[in-house]
Amino acid sequence: MKRYLPFVIVAVVGALTLGAGALLYRAKRPAALEIPKNSNTPEKTASMHVRGEANAPVTLEEFADFECPPCANLAGASGQIEEGYSAQLRVIFRHFPLPGHPHAPEAAQVAEAAGLQGRFWEMHDLLYKEQGIWSKAVDARALFNSYAGTLGLNLERFKTDVDSPEVKERVASDKKRGAELGVHSTPTIFVNGRQVLPPVNVATIRAAIDAALNPKPSP
Amino acid sequence: MGSRARIVLYTIAAIISVAGLADATYLTVAALTGETDVCAGSTGCFEVLGSKYARIAGIPVAVLGVWAYFAAFTFAIFAGFGYARARTFFALTVWAMFAATLWFLYVQAFVLHAFCRYCLFSAAFTFLLAGLVVASPPGRASEGQK
Repeated sequence: MKRYLPFVIVAVVGALTLGAGALLYRAKRPAALEIPKNSNTPEKTASMHVRGEANAPVTLEEFADFECPPCANLAGASGQIEEGYSAQLRVIFRHFPLPGHPHAPEAAQVAEAAGLQGRFWEMHDLLYKEQGIWSKAVDARALFNSYAGTLGLNLERFKTDVDSPEVKERVASDKKRGAELGVHSTPTIFVNGRQVLPPVNVATIRAAIDAALNPKPSP
Repeated sequence: MGSRARIVLYTIAAIISVAGLADATYLTVAALTGETDVCAGSTGCFEVLGSKYARIAGIPVAVLGVWAYFAAFTFAIFAGFGYARARTFFALTVWAMFAATLWFLYVQAFVLHAFCRYCLFSAAFTFLLAGLVVASPPGRASEGQK
């Protein structure tokens, strides 16, 4: 019996590991969120930044945090995601600064303040591009001001707008919508009201867009 | 090394390996469910596990960790039962894990500037295993083992 004991121990631990892993996987696998068609949460919020045709058949709504590295990766790949869809796709950006990211609320306000001068998307791209720098800075505000200068914004107005109640309300309205929809992580992407489950990448998002453009006929 | 000391040492190694196996299994599940591809309110883990260094050819490195800890556990059990060759394999596995751990610590400290506590747990388990290997040099045939 002792001869077989090590084999038995190894087999038991292997089986327990597989079993525990499978149980954990089932418990952690998230269920897809959906935006109900008759949702009480209005799509139109104080801050609503849209790219693409207003009547596009597919709407991609992204809840993101400027300090979140996966959001930056996704922003860098936006060209690949949207390539070839042109008038068929509308993209909405929503702020969802997470509590663990100390500079994220301020970065969202910076983007909104740039938006008040018509440069939201330019600041959006710049914040993601420079994320590795400002997210580790002690005084991120100085860097944000320099980005505003780079984009040619009216600096005095920008500095006033960043901390204004209007800008804070814009960020808060997006966050409120996300919270009401059950968003708790970033990036959270909805395609025509249905969440793209992690992994959220170019392939899974394009697959969701394709599925929304060519829905399978019901049996 | 006496038979009793050998059993105690490899039993400790097996227990540490099981702890590492649990940690690596958790990280594997987190990677497979996509949890590590998103941020959910905390820093560190997501910066590390969501980085390009957390996957090799698309495979989460945590999967390799599961295999490595399971191999270490298997060899520790067989070594504890007196299989001399298992001691050599155990040592080789642990040194490979040790080298990988040094690389991942370097990446966290100097490339990503962020630490994931589950990765640090794994590093601690590997260092403990390496300490046990140092305490028990492999392959002494004179001990009359299998």
